[in-house]
Amino acid sequence: MGDSLLLNILLLSPLLSATLIFLINTLVGHVKQYIFTFLALAGSGVSALFALYVSYNSYFENKLFVSHLFTWLDISHFSIEVALKADALSSFMILFVAPVSFLIHVYAAGYMHKDESYGRFFAYFNLFIFFMFLLVLADNPIVMFIGWEGVGLTSYSLIAFYFKDIKNTYAGNKAFIVNRIGDFGFLSALMLLFVMIGDDGFSFEAIFSNLGEINTPMLTLIALLLFVGAMGKSAQIPLFVWLPDAMAGPTPVSALIHAATMVTAGVYMVARFAPLYNITVNVSLFIAYIGAFSALFAAVVATRQYDIKKILAYSTMSQLGFMFMALGVGAYSTALFHMFTHAFFKALLFMGAGAIIVAFHHKQDIRELRGIRYSVPFISSMMFIASLTISAIPPLSAFFSKDAIMSALYASGHIDIFFIALIASLLTAFYMFRMIFVLFFSKGYQEGIQSNKSMIYPMAILTLLSVFAGVLNFPEIFGGNLQISHWLHLADKTIEMSHLQEILLMSLNTVLILGVIFYTYKRYAYTDKIEHENNTSLVANKFYIDELYNMMIVKPLNYLSGFFDKKISNSLIDNSINNLAFSYAKFGRLFSYIENGNVRFYALYILFGVVLVFVYLYWLLGATL
Amino acid sequence: MLKAYMILSIILFSIGVVGLVSRRNIIVIYMSIELLLNAVNLSLIAISADLADSSAQVMSLIIIAIAGSEAALFMSLFVVLFRNKGSLDANLFDVLGDKHG
Repeated sequence: MGDSLLLNILLLSPLLSATLIFLINTLVGHVKQYIFTFLALAGSGVSALFALYVSYNSYFENKLFVSHLFTWLDISHFSIEVALKADALSSFMILFVAPVSFLIHVYAAGYMHKDESYGRFFAYFNLFIFFMFLLVLADNPIVMFIGWEGVGLTSYSLIAFYFKDIKNTYAGNKAFIVNRIGDFGFLSALMLLFVMIGDDGFSFEAIFSNLGEINTPMLTLIALLLFVGAMGKSAQIPLFVWLPDAMAGPTPVSALIHAATMVTAGVYMVARFAPLYNITVNVSLFIAYIGAFSALFAAVVATRQYDIKKILAYSTMSQLGFMFMALGVGAYSTALFHMFTHAFFKALLFMGAGAIIVAFHHKQDIRELRGIRYSVPFISSMMFIASLTISAIPPLSAFFSKDAIMSALYASGHIDIFFIALIASLLTAFYMFRMIFVLFFSKGYQEGIQSNKSMIYPMAILTLLSVFAGVLNFPEIFGGNLQISHWLHLADKTIEMSHLQEILLMSLNTVLILGVIFYTYKRYAYTDKIEHENNTSLVANKFYIDELYNMMIVKPLNYLSGFFDKKISNSLIDNSINNLAFSYAKFGRLFSYIENGNVRFYALYILFGVVLVFVYLYWLLGATL
Repeated sequence: MLKAYMILSIILFSIGVVGLVSRRNIIVIYMSIELLLNAVNLSLIAISADLADSSAQVMSLIIIAIAGSEAALFMSLFVVLFRNKGSLDANLFDVLGDKHG
């Protein structure tokens, strides 16, 4: 099979299945549910298989897959090619995006079982992974932008999936609008890049080879604007407000889009533009600080959340903050590796949350879900493992990825960022185990509904992955050789660190985290502490960020558009045009006085006319004679 | 002499115009029209006599004939108009114009 055909099938099979599902869903009434299931799983399954094949070849044989689909625009010097390219970075992305998507599809088939909008859900879902593949596989930033916008759009429609409740629609709108702000940054950066070096082609390769032609302030601006795009997609301060609200969507959506794939697009994009960020050191540092503050902020807020999905949402934001910290100090492949492990354990956590929500009659508040360990033993043990993973307990996968981030931060010399990261990672253990202990380690017993098999199996696979995925990037200190980092061969900054320091750092981290878990156990397990928490504090109200944005941005905008509507549009423009029309009518009425229908007046006018003609004739004759 | 005739003709014509414009009775308006015609006739005849060319006199005879038939037409019109409105006030017959004016 040709390499390009392979990539095309990988990209287009979800699109095809989305189209088919959409057509069947709209044109045919009363379709059996398994038809949709088959189509959706076939679409994402084919993609997953091909993605594994592509990454396998890329990893072991350094094979480069390219596919030129068609030429979009061709205007003299400039042409936009719609081309796909699976280099190491893209292959790495699809290596976890495609299989995790497939697993979540399987899970969703169980979660959405007997839902009235089953077909619509999977049409969106498959469309989403099509756009995600387009984003990841694009060979130039313009095609990438199409994928970028596409995932934003499908994310919107999936958040607002149960649109009958107006709150969900609001959440969808919020996600879409906040993402638009980020997209504005991305798009502006692309335009600037295009104006600067668009003449010599616009593929990533051409852009990076021509970066030297741009002067430094402009490069800084471009890098900054690109990062604004990443902020929006990856929910970093200040554009994170949509992510917690995005939990309004069905839980598989949260697992797929708002944990494993779409929110990582920002990280991917920054890593993709690594040559640019290596030059603009100040922007990189800015990224690291934004990541640090996001990680800390989200971790702090998560300690006072009660909605199981919101805790996970803030945790996602916090983990993304870790990735951005690593990106900021130039440890690109480390950030990507954390993204890789994060996709597994966060998808697993969301799936577990979804399974619990389904099993216990759509209750989401952890205070109402206490004492459920014995009715959902599988789910609770898997979530326990996932929580250990996210807290970076050795030898689970996130231990390797998070420890690599910590080492990189420490080695980069930015000790302030390192300490913020340390606090955030301790808080991670705290809020995760707060949730776990409240949910599973408390007195009482609640009877739950037995979970669907198709929900349990993907979770089991993800549990294995989140336990063992760390093997892929074994650090040197344990006799590994950082295969993934070598494979990605990104423009990483080298880390100078002795093995002794690294071991000390690791053990310190682990001991501290274990201490935090123990403290959390004492505080929350088998106690009623959670019931007596103060809900009026700054943290419980998420630092009033939503209210602040409301006051600073939404209200003034509302007022301004009201002003434009009432004063400018209605009073100024409408009135002036109406006045013009009315005065014209009045002016016309003036003439209508002379046309009164009275024949005698007409005779008079004729007389005037004749007199005028005569005067003219006289003047004419007088002039000639 | 021509000058005197022409002045008389102009005076007659002016009276006709003033009558046509200012009077409201349709019969008087008609009389004013006749006055206009006859002013023209007078000037034609005077010029014809002055130039010793009789063709203009023929023309004025034709005008008188046409004015006569016109008179018959006008009389029947008066009757119709009077039947419609019960009056011969010219201001009542203003259906040509814009009523809102």
